Parts: sequence; structure tokens; C-alpha cells
Amino acid sequence: MSETPLLDQIPDGPWPSFVKEIKKTAEMQDKAVAEGKEIKMPGSARALLKQIEISYKDKKTHWKHGGIVSVVGYGGGVIGRYSDLEDIVPEVHHFHTIRVNMPTGWFYSTKALRQLMDVWEKWGSGITNFHGSTGDIILLGTRSEYLQPCFEDMMKLDPPFDIGGSGSDLRTPSACMGPALCEFACYDTLQVCYDITMEYQNELHRPMWPYKFKFKFSGCPNDCVAAKARADCAVIGTWKDEIQIDQDAVKEYAEWMDIEEEVVKLCPTGAISYDAEKKEIKIDNSNCVRCMHCINKMPKALKPGKERGATVLIGAKAPFVEGAIIGWVAVPFIPADELFDRLCEMAEKIWEWWDDIGKFRERVGELIWRRGIGEFLNVIGQEADVRMIKHPRTNPFMFFKEEELVQSEVVKKLKEKGIKWRSFEYEEEEI
Amino acid sequence: MQQQEKPPWWKTDFGPPYFKDLMHPVLKKNYGKWAYHEVIRPGVIKRVAESGDVVYVVRFGTPRLISIYTIRELCDIADKYCDGYLRWTSRHNVEFILTDESKIDDLIKEVEEKVGFPCGGTWDTPRGKYGLTNIIHTQGWIHCHTPAIDASGIVKAIMDELYEYFVDMKLPGLCRISLACCANMCGAVHASDISIVGIHRTPPLVDDDAVRRMCELPSTAAACPTAAIKVKAKEKTLEVDGEKCMYCGNCYTMCPGMPLFDPENDGAAILCAGKVSDARHPPELSKVVVPWVPNEPPRWPTLVEKVKSIFMAWANNAKKHERMVEFIERIGWERFFDLAGLEFSWHLIDDFRVPPFMYASYRVGTQFRW
Repeated sequence: MSETPLLDQIPDGPWPSFVKEIKKTAEMQDKAVAEGKEIKMPGSARALLKQIEISYKDKKTHWKHGGIVSVVGYGGGVIGRYSDLEDIVPEVHHFHTIRVNMPTGWFYSTKALRQLMDVWEKWGSGITNFHGSTGDIILLGTRSEYLQPCFEDMMKLDPPFDIGGSGSDLRTPSACMGPALCEFACYDTLQVCYDITMEYQNELHRPMWPYKFKFKFSGCPNDCVAAKARADCAVIGTWKDEIQIDQDAVKEYAEWMDIEEEVVKLCPTGAISYDAEKKEIKIDNSNCVRCMHCINKMPKALKPGKERGATVLIGAKAPFVEGAIIGWVAVPFIPADELFDRLCEMAEKIWEWWDDIGKFRERVGELIWRRGIGEFLNVIGQEADVRMIKHPRTNPFMFFKEEELVQSEVVKKLKEKGIKWRSFEYEEEEI
Repeated sequence: MQQQEKPPWWKTDFGPPYFKDLMHPVLKKNYGKWAYHEVIRPGVIKRVAESGDVVYVVRFGTPRLISIYTIRELCDIADKYCDGYLRWTSRHNVEFILTDESKIDDLIKEVEEKVGFPCGGTWDTPRGKYGLTNIIHTQGWIHCHTPAIDASGIVKAIMDELYEYFVDMKLPGLCRISLACCANMCGAVHASDISIVGIHRTPPLVDDDAVRRMCELPSTAAACPTAAIKVKAKEKTLEVDGEKCMYCGNCYTMCPGMPLFDPENDGAAILCAGKVSDARHPPELSKVVVPWVPNEPPRWPTLVEKVKSIFMAWANNAKKHERMVEFIERIGWERFFDLAGLEFSWHLIDDFRVPPFMYASYRVGTQFRW
């Protein structure tokens, strides 16, 4: 009888099966051992299968977190994992994950990929994730003593692969395919992401903040890397001027597309009109919110404008602890060629502020909630802009700065008499 | 750590390989100069550059967990058809970039037969024909220490059921499905059309003996986000206030003596009607529509049935281009619960925390005028 009766049911059905992948690894690993290849984790794929079968029977995980394991010089990038079934599956008793910083945009040459796979065949389980949620290559499962030699082999590759982020550090930044393949890209997502990754290697490898910080780069508001929902700093390509229209291409679409029904009527602000006789469209750009629907519909006819750059949304995160947040507008527009410098300047100011007053496990979005957008804008040196809000505040209890107040004769005289109110001077005296 | 003489090849902080060095020459040549794209069949995107160069991007779904031996097979295929280059998408799909249209069929045949990955996962917005793309997901029982559900097994069961929508383009709009195996959400699934989230429903149990052997008491107590853990210094153990606990498992991360598992009570919640794109409707968080379904390995029939009924309620009734949130806003939540055959209960009302009042006025997303 099979050792894994529950998992054996999984390959049923047409979708590719992870069980098949693990079984294949187990068979090939045995073969590689038989061929005399140097395999440091023999039998680990088969043992993993055995452990998962037990989880399927018990309806619970059998992994334990293992405290801090890493490589020399780094504090993050390795996730410590131990099995609580060490007597049954000693081959996976230690089973740490190595996060490997993927090439920006997930572009690979087979040469680079094969070399990395060879390293992982030798030092690990032979099982990977392409890719983890943040975007790293995930090398799934090795022993503590193999972490360092595995990383050393990675640094000797051509090109070498470095380790990604984990814990309270800068997580591996990720970007959409951008200008490499897509005509919608409003800035060079790949280059800016790569430059930020290289600029902040220290922050990426050495956790030293209250919690994690994520950058994600999408070339247009379609946001193919879901930056708006996940990145503390989401950089979303957009444009300021007019959508570029190729009326000849509009006519081509008009041959078969119901432009009135599917483009004009679905524009969220009613900014588009269509002349069915001339087969031409007109866009009221002053009323366009750059949502991308019409451009998605007619990629041959419509293009983002020429004055391109990005909007920075701040604060997005998953629900832990205070609830999920989608990022909100912190900087409405940064021209494409200024992006890298402006982002560095902004990020460093945010990190300093957050490091200083952020609580343990408080994300930047939650800190802004606690302290208010006003303080945040001061920190990053950004003027308030109506584009940061859906609507102005509804509650009129506001606090003005001293320089915004009007000098009052009445109050001045009262003060001269020695009468005080709760004023700025009063607070200063208290200090 | 003792400083030792480092070998000449030694380096740290060198970062990822430079992406342009790993990019097909035709992409480098036309970098930033693409004119338009069209989806010529499910899974195949034709991209035309201003130079007149054309590439065919052929997309295949993967199980995310991949053997190095499978990756070598993918590399063999990329060497044979694509000059030795390939890429992955943000949703666990692998893409081959062809310059020769006549090789598309052979490539697809070879990947499907040798590797077993299906071609698809694309959508044709101009024609309003949408395919389902891959489910993004987390580790589950494969490798996570705090999951309430498995990840890969559930994704497999759902994608088996919805397979026909991946390999074809017959949906009215985009539908992003995602799964996180616990509410800490490595997968950040909180803005998806349909999301499945593992939830624990009981506080961790304190194994006094294990706590004494393995745990540092102050740091374990400090790891609790709701201050539900008290140090009992005299007894050298910890105490959990079950009323305050949010079942996050952070304490178990710090201390293996506080397992958080209850196989009969752990399970999944289903959320829906979130999105991240700004197209038409601004980004939106997903909302809980099914508070709990049990863990039923290996095929999770109840969960799959619920997900499918939510999916079909939308697929059968949405207008062209309408995503889940747009669809539900048009028909109303009461009608949606009806159509999807879901039961509304008190669990779906009060939130765990109320977001600050001011958040309601922040501009979420990128829709604004100049």
C-alpha cells in the first residue's frame, strides 16, 4: 500500500499538482544519489511528502518556527523551520527556507537559472517556490549547517545570486515587467526597483526597524504587482497631460467594438464622447482620472500621455494587527526622471521617523494613523494636496499653528494683566 | 563573530543579478518602445514594438511549488524555442517569449506534454473575453508554522474545478483569486475578487513543561499584539487571556510551547469583492462572506463548493468587464447572498478593529484629475 494515500488523491484533476512535483523531486534525488552526485539532503523530498501526508491526516501543520538562523553578515533572508516529527522524518528535522532576491521583473536566462538549481540540488531539498508572495525565489528546506556553504556557492555563480529580505527589514522590492514588455509603463519600473534594491542593501539584509517595509513598483494604475494593497510604499505609474489618441486605430476598433457601450459608458467620470459618424473619440482630459479602462480597451488607439511619472501611495498592508489598509496618496506626482532621487529622500525620512517613534510591529501606515497625516507630510516635506483625500474632513475640531493665528489686542491686554489661557507660551512654560 | 580571512570571491550585499543581463535580446532592443498588444488565443499575447518587431508571450500556469528538475525541463524548452530566456509573472505563471509565430503550437504541446503545465491565464480586454489567472497563495502545511489550512492542496482542488476558465477566455471580467493560510496573510489576499483565508478559532494552549524548556518568557509575552499573555514568573510559565487573544500565532513563533492548533476548529473564511487595479472602480478591500468552513483534506469539498458558487454567481450574472465589486454594488449584497446561495450571519457584521474615522476620507488608489 502507498505511504501517502491522502496525497495520492491530489494529482487527480487537470491542474498541475504540487504532490507530483515533490514525488518527482524524490525520485530524481534518489537517482542523483545513486549516480554519485553530491547531495547533502538525500531523502528530504520523500520525507517532506511523508510529513505532509501526516498533516493531511491530522489536519494541522507539523512545522515549528526555529528562532534566528542566517548567514554570516546578514540578519534576514532565512526562515528557520523545524519539524515536530523528527523521529518519523529526521531528513526534514531542520528545513529552513532561503529567500533569494529574484532578478527584477522575474526575467531569467536559462544559464543563470540552471546554475542556481545546481546549487540547490547539492545543498537543499531540490524543492522551490517560483515565487514567494513578496517575489523572492524560495529555496525550500535545508539544514542550518548548509546555509552558509549554500550561500557561498550562490556568490560564486555567474551571475551571483544574493539573499532577499525577511523580518523587520526592507523586504525584497518587486516590480511589474514594465518597459521590458508593456506599452502602458509610465516609468521604468525595473530600473527604479533595481536601483532602490541596490541602494538599500544594508536595510534589506539587516533587520533593524520596528517591522517590515515594502516597496513595489507598477508601471500604470492596473498595478500588476498589487502594490496598492501590499506595499508600504507603492509607486504607481501615471501621467499628467492628455491621453494620446490614434484616431485611425479607433476606426479599426469601431469595425467590431461597441465603443459607445464598452468605452464611453464605462468611463467612471463620463469624460469620453464618441462620434459614431466620424468614428472618432474625444476625451475631456480635465475630467479624466487616469483609471486605464479606455486604454485597456483600445491599446492600439489610446496611450497614456507624454508627461509621465508616478503617484506614491503610502501605508498599505495586510490585516495584522489593526486591519488591512490600501495605500493612499502621499505624493500625487513625481516626474519619471526624478523618481529614484525623490523616493530615496522620502524613504530615508520616513524610516528615521518610524524608527524613532514607531512601536514594535507597527507598520508605517499604522504609525500615520496614530500620528496623523499632518505630521507625516511634515516628515517627508510634502505640501498638502486635495488629491490626497476623497473628501475634506467632516469634523471641525482642528488645531492651528501659532503662526496661523491672528494677533489680538484684547487678548494681549488680558495677558499683560497676568491672565493666561492654555496657549503655546503656557505649554512652553510647563516644559 | 571571529573575523577570519575571507577568500577573494567572498562578497555580501551584491544584490540580484541585473535584469537586463537576463533578458531576451529582442526585449532589450525594444525596451520602452512597445506599441500595442493583443491576445491572439488563450495564453498567447502578441506584443508589437514600434520597430515592427513582434514577440509572442506564451503563458502557463504552475503549482508554485516546483521541483528543480521541472525547472531544468522548462530551461530545456526555453533553450529550444526561446534562445534561452524565460520569465515568471506576479501570479505564479511561467512565460516563454517566442519570436517565431510558427513555433507556438509546438511550444505549447511540449510544455503541456513534458511538464504538464496548462497554457492560459490571459484575458482579452478589447474583446471583453476574460480568462481566469492563477491563484496566488502561501505555504500552508508544506512549510508554515502557523497555518490554519493547507494552501497548495486547496488551490489545486479549486483550480481543478475552475480549470476550464483558465485555459479559455469565457468570463465577463477579471477575477483574481488568492489564498492565505492564516490571517497574518503573507499572501496579502485582502484585495482580491475572491480570497480564502485560514482562520484559527481558539487560543493557543500552554504546554508548561515545553514553555519552561524552550521559551524566553518576556519576549513571548511581548510578541502578543493584544497583550493577552501574562508572565507567571513564579511558576516559570505563561498564561493566555482567551478573551483578548486574536489567534494570530505570534506567540507560537516565539515559543514552540504554545501550539495554536485545533484541527476541528481551524478552517477557512471566504472573502470577496476586492480589487487593486484602478480601472473604472477604485481599489477596494475584500469583505468576509463566509465566516468559516472546516478543513477537509485532501480535496476540501465544502470550501470548493462555496468558492465555486460565489464564482458562478458572478460569472453567470455580471455584465461585460464587471468585476466582483462592481457587480455586487450594482445588484446589492442581499441579492448577491441569494445568488451565491450564502447564508448571512452575525459574524459578518462587527469588524475586529474599526479603522480610524479619518481613513474614510483618504484617497485610496490613484484616481484623480489634473
